[in-house]
Amino acid sequence: MIESPNPVVRMLSGDEAVARGAWEAGVAVASAYPGTPSTEILEEFARFPNVYAEWATNEKVAVDVAIGAAYAGKRALATMKHVGLNVAADAFMYASMTGIEAGLVIVTADDPAMHSSQNEQDNRTFAKFARVPCLEPSDSQEAKDLTVAAFELSEQFDTPVLLRLTTRVCHSTSAVRLETGSWKLEESADDESPIPNPQSPIPKFPRNPAKYVMVPGNAIKRHPVIEARIRAVAEYAETCPFNRVEPGDRALGIITCGIAYQYAREVFPTASVLKLGMTWPLPERLIRDFAASVDRLIVIEELDPFIEEAVRLMGIPCEGKRIFPLVGEFDPRVVRESAINAGLLPGDLHVALTGVDVGQLPARPPVLCPGCPHRGAFYVLNKLKVLVNGDIGCYTLGLIAPLSAIHTCGCMGAGIAVAHGAAKAGSPEHHVAVIGDSTFFHTGIPALANVVYNQSPVITIIMDNRVTGMTGQQENPGSGHTLQGRPAPRIELEPLVRALGVKHVKTVPAYHVEEIEKTLREYLKLDEPAVLITEEECALLPSARKRWVPLEVLDNCNGCTLCFRIGCPAILKSDELDEKTGRPKALIDASLCTGCEVCAQVCPRDAIRFR
Amino acid sequence: MTNTLNFLLAGVGGQGTILASDVLVNVGLAAGYQAKQAEVHGMSQRGGSVTSFVRWGKTVYSPLVGAGEVDVYLAFEVAEALRNLGQLRRGALAVVNMQAIKPVTVTSGGQPYPDDDRLRAKIAEVTDQAVYVDGERIAAALGNARAANVVLLGALSALIERSGLAPELTPDDWLRVIAGRVPAKYVELNRQAFGAGREAVGEGQQLS
Repeated sequence: MIESPNPVVRMLSGDEAVARGAWEAGVAVASAYPGTPSTEILEEFARFPNVYAEWATNEKVAVDVAIGAAYAGKRALATMKHVGLNVAADAFMYASMTGIEAGLVIVTADDPAMHSSQNEQDNRTFAKFARVPCLEPSDSQEAKDLTVAAFELSEQFDTPVLLRLTTRVCHSTSAVRLETGSWKLEESADDESPIPNPQSPIPKFPRNPAKYVMVPGNAIKRHPVIEARIRAVAEYAETCPFNRVEPGDRALGIITCGIAYQYAREVFPTASVLKLGMTWPLPERLIRDFAASVDRLIVIEELDPFIEEAVRLMGIPCEGKRIFPLVGEFDPRVVRESAINAGLLPGDLHVALTGVDVGQLPARPPVLCPGCPHRGAFYVLNKLKVLVNGDIGCYTLGLIAPLSAIHTCGCMGAGIAVAHGAAKAGSPEHHVAVIGDSTFFHTGIPALANVVYNQSPVITIIMDNRVTGMTGQQENPGSGHTLQGRPAPRIELEPLVRALGVKHVKTVPAYHVEEIEKTLREYLKLDEPAVLITEEECALLPSARKRWVPLEVLDNCNGCTLCFRIGCPAILKSDELDEKTGRPKALIDASLCTGCEVCAQVCPRDAIRFR
Repeated sequence: MTNTLNFLLAGVGGQGTILASDVLVNVGLAAGYQAKQAEVHGMSQRGGSVTSFVRWGKTVYSPLVGAGEVDVYLAFEVAEALRNLGQLRRGALAVVNMQAIKPVTVTSGGQPYPDDDRLRAKIAEVTDQAVYVDGERIAAALGNARAANVVLLGALSALIERSGLAPELTPDDWLRVIAGRVPAKYVELNRQAFGAGREAVGEGQQLS
C-alpha cells in the first residue's frame, strides 16, 4: 500500500483496493490459492486487524472454506486467478444452489493477453452459467466500492457474487478516496466503532437441510428459487447505482464495462456511454432505453462478446466484435485504430508511429534464477533425453533452452495423470512427471493415487522448494507457517507418498546432480510407479540468501561449454580464450552466483572451485 | 499541463523500475493531477523485461498508453531501451541509463547484444531530447549502486522541468515522495542520488 502525502487519498492497486473493501465490509474469513494477477488481494487482506486469512491448498478448497464461513453467518471471501475458478467450479455451482447466511464473494482475476496464464477465458460466462451476479470494476476506487456492494448484494439476494477483475484492474494503481473521520480510516480495533467485529461469536450453525443439503429431492426445489433470484437481481440491475448512463452526443452510444470503459471514454470523449458495473444479469430496460436514445449502438468489451450477444438476444441491433478484437487485451490505440477502420472515427485521428527499426535484439525470456534448486534435475532430464510431462510453477521454465526438458504443460496438477494416460496408451517411452510441492498439494495427490491404484510405470519428480515460488514465495502446507505468519505443521512429502502406496520413493538434495541421475537411471529400469523428491528451499527465500557464496572459475577451464548447459544466468562467456582450443572460458558473475555448485558438479575438469 | 503526460518505464526485474513508477505516480498525485500507473510484473522476478506506464493529467482514463503516444521515456537498460523505442512519439523526452544486463540468450546463447553506438543512433532517429546517464556509477560513487533508480528520477525531474511540461512541480515535490517511499536510514542517500541525477543532466541548483 502506498501512502500518499494527502491522508484522504491513497494510491492503491486494484488488488489492494479489493482487500481494503473486503475489510471495510467486515469480512471475517478469506481463503485463496495464489495466482497472478490475484495473489496480492489476500496478501494485503491478511494484514488487517481482526481478520482470518489463509492460503488454501487449491481454489476449490478456498471456495468451500468461504462457503462454510458464509453458512456460519460470517462474511467470507475467496480469491483466485481465472483458471482457478475452473478448479472451484463445483463449489461455485452448489453455492449458487444453496445460497448463504452471510455475504459470500468470489473474486476471479482474468488475464486478457495471458501475461502469466495458459488461456484467456472470460469468466463472466461462469456468472451466467451459475445464475450468480457479476460485478466488474473499472479502476481501484470501483474495485473497493464494488467489493463492499458485492457483500450487500449477496445478503440482499441470498446468493454468491462473482467480482470479476482483469490484469489491468488488478495491477493498475489509481487514487482511492477514504472518508476522513470515519471508522474506515482506523486500522486498529476500536470497540466504540460501528464496524462489527468479524471474529465475534456466531449464532448456531444453521440446521436447514432443505436449503443446505443438495440431494436431488431438495435440489429440485432450489432450482426454481435460483432462477427467480436471478430475475430479481435483473430487476435490481435497472436501478443499480453502478450501472449508469453518461449522456453525450446521440450519434453514437457505447455500452462498456471494466477496464474497456476507460479506453472507450478516452477514445470517444463526446459519445453517450452506458457504463455497466454489473455485467450479469443485465438491465434490459436500461439498455433498451439507452439504445433508443442513440443513432448507432456499439459494445466495447475485452475478450468475449458477452454483453453484445445478450443485447442482440434482446432484439436490439448493435455492433461489437465486428469492430473490436476478440483476442487479447485492449488499449487506447487498439480501440482507436479499430474504430477508425470501422469508420466510427475520422482517419486523421490515427496516431502515426515513428517506424524506427531497432534491428535484432536478444530475447530476454524469464529463466530459472541463479541457484534455483530445480536446475540440477532438469539438467539430468535433458541429458537422459526422457519425455517430461510438466506442470504449473517456476519449474515450467525447464522448458527453455538449454534445459529444454518439458514436453507438455496444461494446467495445475495435470502432468502426473497425462503421463499415466500416455503410458496406458502404450507410449514407447518412459514418462516422467515433474511437479512442484505446492502444485502436488493442489491437485497432484489424487493423480498420484490414480497412478498407484491403476499401476503405471510413471516416474514422478516432486520438486520440493517449500514455497509457492512463481507467484512470489507464498506459504503452503510444506512451509511450516501460514499466510498470517503463524507456525503450522509441516506436511512431509515422503511419508505422504509412501502412504499412498508408492514402493519406490527417494528424497535427494536438489543440488546433488549425481544422486539425481543415479536415482532416475534406476527408476527407468522399473515397471512400477516411482517417486523422486528433490529437496532444497527456494534460493530467493531470506533463509537461503544467508548461505549465498559466489563460486569462481579456475585457470584450468578450457572453454568446453558444458557448464552453459545448465542455463544459469550467473555463468557467462568471458573475453579470455583458451590457448589450445581458442574457445571462450567461463566466467561466474559474483553478483548473481549463489554457490549452489550445480555448475561445479557438471564441470569435467574441476575448473569451478567448490565453496 | 493541458493534456495528459504519458510515461513509459522499461527495464529488467530487480532494477527498481517498480519503485520508480510508484514514485512517479505519487509525484503526479502530489502535484494535483489525476495519476494512474500500470505495470506487468508477472515474470519479472525471473529476470524478464519489466515495463510500466504512468500517466498524469487533469483527467486520466486509461492506465495504459498506446504505441506512439509515449511523451516521456525512462529506460533502465540498453537492450530494453531499444526494445520499447517504437512506442515513443517523435521528440519524446528520454532518460536512458547506460547499464547493460545481458540475458542468458547472450551470455551463453550467443545472440548479439546491441552496442552503445547503435543505441544512441536509434534513439536519435526518434528524438533529440534524450539524455544518457550512468546511474550505477553515480549511485555507486555515493555508496550504494541500488540507488541508481533514484539517480534516474533526479535526471528525469530536471528534464521535465526544463521542458516546461509540468510547471507546477518543484524538486521538493519529488523528494518528499521519495522520502516517504524508502526506509528512514536511506533517505539521505536517496536525496543525494536524486541531486546527483539532476547534476548529471546539468541542473546543479541547490535543493532545499
